[in-house]
Amino acid sequence: MLKQIEGSRAIAEAVALCRPEVICAYPITPQTHIVEALGEMVKKEEIEHCEFINVESEFAALSVAIGSSAAGARSYTATASQGILFMAEAVYNAAGLGLPIVMTIGNRAIGAPINIWNDHSDSMSMRDAGWIQLFAETNQEAADLHIQAFRLAEELSCPVMVCVDGFILTHAYDRVDIPTQQQVDAYLPRFEPVQILDVDEPVSIGAMVGPDAFFEVRYLQHHKQLMALDLIPRLADEFRQKFGRDAGGLIRSYRCDDAETIVVALGSLVGTIKDAVDGMREAGHRIGVVSICSFRPFPLAAVRAALVRAKRVVVVEKCFAVGIGGIVSDGVRKALAGSQVPTYTAIAGLGGRPVTQKSLVGLFESAQGDALEQLNFLDLKRDVVEREIARGRKQRRAGPSAEAILRDLRALRSGIPLGAA
Amino acid sequence: MKKPFAITLDPGSSLANHTGSWRNNRPVYVDRLPPCNNACPAGENIQGWLYHAESGDYRKAWEELVTNNPLPACMGRVCYHPCETACNRATLDSAVGIHAVERFLGDEALRQGWALPAPAADSGKRVLVVGAGPSGLSAAYQLRRMGHAVTIAEAGPMTGGMMRFGIPKYRLPRDILDGEIKRIADLGVEIKLNSRVDSILEAMTAGRYDAAFLAVGAHIAKRAYIPAGGAARILDAVSVLRGMEDTDQPMLGRRVVVYGGGNTALDVARTAKRLGASEAIIVYRRTREKMPAHDFEVQEALEEGIMIKWLSTIKRMEDAALTVEKMQLDDQGFPQPTGEFETLEADSLVLALGQDVDLSLLDKVPGLEIADGVVKVDRNMMTGHAGIFAGGDMVPSERTVTVAIGHGKKAARNIDAWLRGGKYAAPEKHELATVERLNTWYYTDAPQTVQPALDIARRQSSFDEVVGGLDERNAQFEARRCLSCGNCFECDNCYGVCPDNAVIKLGPGRRFEFNYDYCKGCGMCAAECPCGAIAMVPETI
Amino acid sequence: MTQQPVKFYQTGTFTVGNRLLPGDERAVQANMRRTNSLNSGHRACQGCGEALGARYAIDAAMQATGNRVIAINATGCLEVFSTPYPETSWQIPWMHSLFGNAAAVAAGVAAALRIKGGKGAKVIAQGGDGGTTDIGFGCLSGMFERNDDVLYICYDNEAYMNTGVQRSSATPPAARTATTMSVGRHPGNVFGTGKNVPLIAMAHHIPYVATASVANLRDLEAKVTRAMGVSGARYIHIHVPCPLGWGSQPADTIKIARLAVESGLFPLFEAVDGEVTARYQLRRRVPVEDYLRLQRRFAHLFGATPDTQTIAAIQAMADRNVRTFGLEAA
Repeated sequence: MLKQIEGSRAIAEAVALCRPEVICAYPITPQTHIVEALGEMVKKEEIEHCEFINVESEFAALSVAIGSSAAGARSYTATASQGILFMAEAVYNAAGLGLPIVMTIGNRAIGAPINIWNDHSDSMSMRDAGWIQLFAETNQEAADLHIQAFRLAEELSCPVMVCVDGFILTHAYDRVDIPTQQQVDAYLPRFEPVQILDVDEPVSIGAMVGPDAFFEVRYLQHHKQLMALDLIPRLADEFRQKFGRDAGGLIRSYRCDDAETIVVALGSLVGTIKDAVDGMREAGHRIGVVSICSFRPFPLAAVRAALVRAKRVVVVEKCFAVGIGGIVSDGVRKALAGSQVPTYTAIAGLGGRPVTQKSLVGLFESAQGDALEQLNFLDLKRDVVEREIARGRKQRRAGPSAEAILRDLRALRSGIPLGAA
Repeated sequence: MKKPFAITLDPGSSLANHTGSWRNNRPVYVDRLPPCNNACPAGENIQGWLYHAESGDYRKAWEELVTNNPLPACMGRVCYHPCETACNRATLDSAVGIHAVERFLGDEALRQGWALPAPAADSGKRVLVVGAGPSGLSAAYQLRRMGHAVTIAEAGPMTGGMMRFGIPKYRLPRDILDGEIKRIADLGVEIKLNSRVDSILEAMTAGRYDAAFLAVGAHIAKRAYIPAGGAARILDAVSVLRGMEDTDQPMLGRRVVVYGGGNTALDVARTAKRLGASEAIIVYRRTREKMPAHDFEVQEALEEGIMIKWLSTIKRMEDAALTVEKMQLDDQGFPQPTGEFETLEADSLVLALGQDVDLSLLDKVPGLEIADGVVKVDRNMMTGHAGIFAGGDMVPSERTVTVAIGHGKKAARNIDAWLRGGKYAAPEKHELATVERLNTWYYTDAPQTVQPALDIARRQSSFDEVVGGLDERNAQFEARRCLSCGNCFECDNCYGVCPDNAVIKLGPGRRFEFNYDYCKGCGMCAAECPCGAIAMVPETI
Repeated sequence: MTQQPVKFYQTGTFTVGNRLLPGDERAVQANMRRTNSLNSGHRACQGCGEALGARYAIDAAMQATGNRVIAINATGCLEVFSTPYPETSWQIPWMHSLFGNAAAVAAGVAAALRIKGGKGAKVIAQGGDGGTTDIGFGCLSGMFERNDDVLYICYDNEAYMNTGVQRSSATPPAARTATTMSVGRHPGNVFGTGKNVPLIAMAHHIPYVATASVANLRDLEAKVTRAMGVSGARYIHIHVPCPLGWGSQPADTIKIARLAVESGLFPLFEAVDGEVTARYQLRRRVPVEDYLRLQRRFAHLFGATPDTQTIAAIQAMADRNVRTFGLEAA
């Protein structure tokens, strides 16, 4: 059924259709609306046979989900930003124990400085924790990915993160087609856990494993992700057959057939890039976009196939590995290893900095002229940065940079001469 | 269930890990000798019969009891219970009232008419027992059980020896004594009364006996020279007490003085009181602390109005007056005369100065040795003459009923071995279960049950039994106060406290076993064993 | 306290069992068919109080529930010595997740059981004092305040033993640990620190809180049994001596636990809905010195010139417990 609803609501309704049995909620912007909506639905008994638990922290939220999942209940939680860091230990643990928990990440920057706006730093911080990470391009896909996520998680017995851009998607009102319960039931069977805490068949889960077997356990986690590379496209195909629309899959290409320049991105940014690409196409540029939906497992082969014929690749990413550069770009370069395709990284939109069409077009045009550095910072205020660096050089105790920059910017706006603040 | 590799494990699989290899010391179950058993002159397995009494199986308790002593109802009354003196429970609250439980079991057996266990198959051997006192009865009983034909020759008109002629009936009612002796006779022991043996060798030849056990007791009163004049009436304790069993009771008068400090002196004084004496005074040359009589008897006597003159000797008796000299103890604790005299009015004086043995039946027995008025015996109770054994008051030892019964048993075992051409080898004694071996925390506080006592007025005027018995409920209570020193009583502590489940419980009556595959040797079982039945021993490897 | 007083004058209620008691009056540990939930072959040190306490508690819970217990274990000695791959000593469904989240994981299990039925199973979370009073405290408090249907059992050996005896918020004053060494002007752990989690649990007004000791098995079993019969959040704090960490003889584990109780340092009590309803009255009160002397972690208090001031301060703590909890019969 088509609805004009907030992204968070759409996600909540999709999760509800998946018949979750335990939902753990802890507030953190920007995922709050999702669990608020689910809480309301449980209370109104629109979701039956479901425990909605208000916990005391994100660490507890995922821990409760670990317990409920191990006891055979379909378990869900959502978090963002600092929250995923606070639960980090449990994130690794859930994957290590192979518990098919689904967790929404309302992607948001990580402090300090504290910042509630969107980028992908939070999900990226947990990229090696053993979870499957799916990035949604639109709110429709965000809703649809949750349905696929439960299926995927439970088939592999592996937890899945559905990454949804904070505010840009979670708080945006869009037209979303919410499937029927019958459709979802036909796609998502009952949860049959691989292992369960059962009084009639006692097992010890979570053994202490030494050097003799730990390595193998880790490898088997990798193997699970490799299996996901096959499973994710199959589930997307099946989803298309049952629901009549595309969602998920490993990657999606847009106007790439004859593209010389291919832009790679994750999440909602892809939509903005597509608009920029459309404009440039009209102007005759041979440019296309590859959207990566499955960041973990990283589809090396699919990415290589999609990019290897391009003359250049520009990875625009909303995350930043401080001290080295792009994170997504690393994967892309690995996919293109041995090819001669130059790959440019553009760090963009950190902490909610708007990524504009204008800036993107400028970036891509520079790329076409191969006038880019390997690592680029889209719309970084170079002057502010340089002044702060200079100030720090002059003064040993220069004070916190964030506050200094804010003062600096206020001064600029109010016309007060620099240095007077 | 599809168990993820290494993460998920099968239950209880750690049994593959034999932690027993960590052990430096291993626990072992031991049996230690309880102090009561160790102290019992009759060699009773006291803890053994208490064990059955605890569960209310009095029949079994009694059967265990009569293995070593055929006279528990008597013993429970007259034994001075060294077992209780030794009892470890005394360090907690008070000793287990063993004698009271024993008496209850003995009485219960008489009430229920329980028969002694049937004798073994006939051995074809004949044994003559001389004397139907406790030692003779004990030997006869044991020998009969072993299948021998036994005849008791008793010089007197009644059985029981000193139990009858030396112990007043207010301490040992005669129906009890008779009942227990009858049971021995019912076993097939022939008892010939009024059959004095003048020569043991002749008697053995005449009766074709293969062996003899002599237990004639000590019936001859020791005399002291006391100048007497006029109508002074001086008697001895043995004849007074013996006279109590005749139809005509002894005439002692209103004021009776007893001379001596042993239990017999007290018995006579208390008897005199019951015969109507208004005053019964014991004259003893030393102090109460030095008195050989048992304290509880002194206490009972004092309660009944018996008076005791300490540190006094009797110098002479004239008509109805005694001259008494005061004494004082010297540095060595010996009484020395002071030269101070006083006069005591007395209708009669009873001398209770000890007894001697009539050894005339042993004249001309080759090899037999006599010293200090008693017969010498070897470790096996055999005299210097092969086949003739002796016990009780006629051999060198403490003269109590219990010792006598012990002698009888021990002699019987040796006689049996001798008859079979061998030597009796007593089983090795276990190490003593001292109180340091126990973990007394686990025992609840439960003071000894007080036996009912007859009130003073009736005690002074009748020969009713002074001390009552326990009823079933408090007999069981008393039995359950036993700490089971040194021997497992299946409290499950070791089974419970082992952090490694390395104790296997075998079930009721079967105790426990260690599972050395897993025992790490921490020693908690031994430390927490209430009764000290676990020892830690170093591993040899 | 809670258990039926057994008037039995040979050994009373103080032994594990007794051949003369009817079966239902014997301890669970006396039963030939007890579950041995924590089975042989585990790698706990000799004389480990925690291994003992865990078997006592879980066996009692198994008996109380007809063998329907699921246990969630915090990281710590108990977890490490019981489940080193490829062997586990647990005979029950058991899971270890993390150090600080046992209460939350158990809450999740309880939630799943409510939804799925779980064959009537009940969930127990368990951990050491570090996993309970320190790192797991947030999750524990959350589980309490939500009144999740979980029994949390803390096996308190008063320090981080698994990592090599470091101080926790349950370490008593003056005790030597690897991070409160017996050196300097104030050797051992400082006074005036630490927390009393049973009292904090009571402040959550959960239906049942109790303290117990491996030295008092019947009391411990009665409390676990009672706790298993109650719905909602429950907490039992069990004192479990650690020979390794306390520097005591392995054979003395129960003795030391007993002295902790009888000195008043570890009061045994029960609280229902936040209110103390029963306490174990000391049977043979002993001075704290009797308890301290058996442990090398307090050795610096004795020696040539005993630290009488510190010993008196510890005695004062015991005296305060005796007063506060009414541990002595009036």
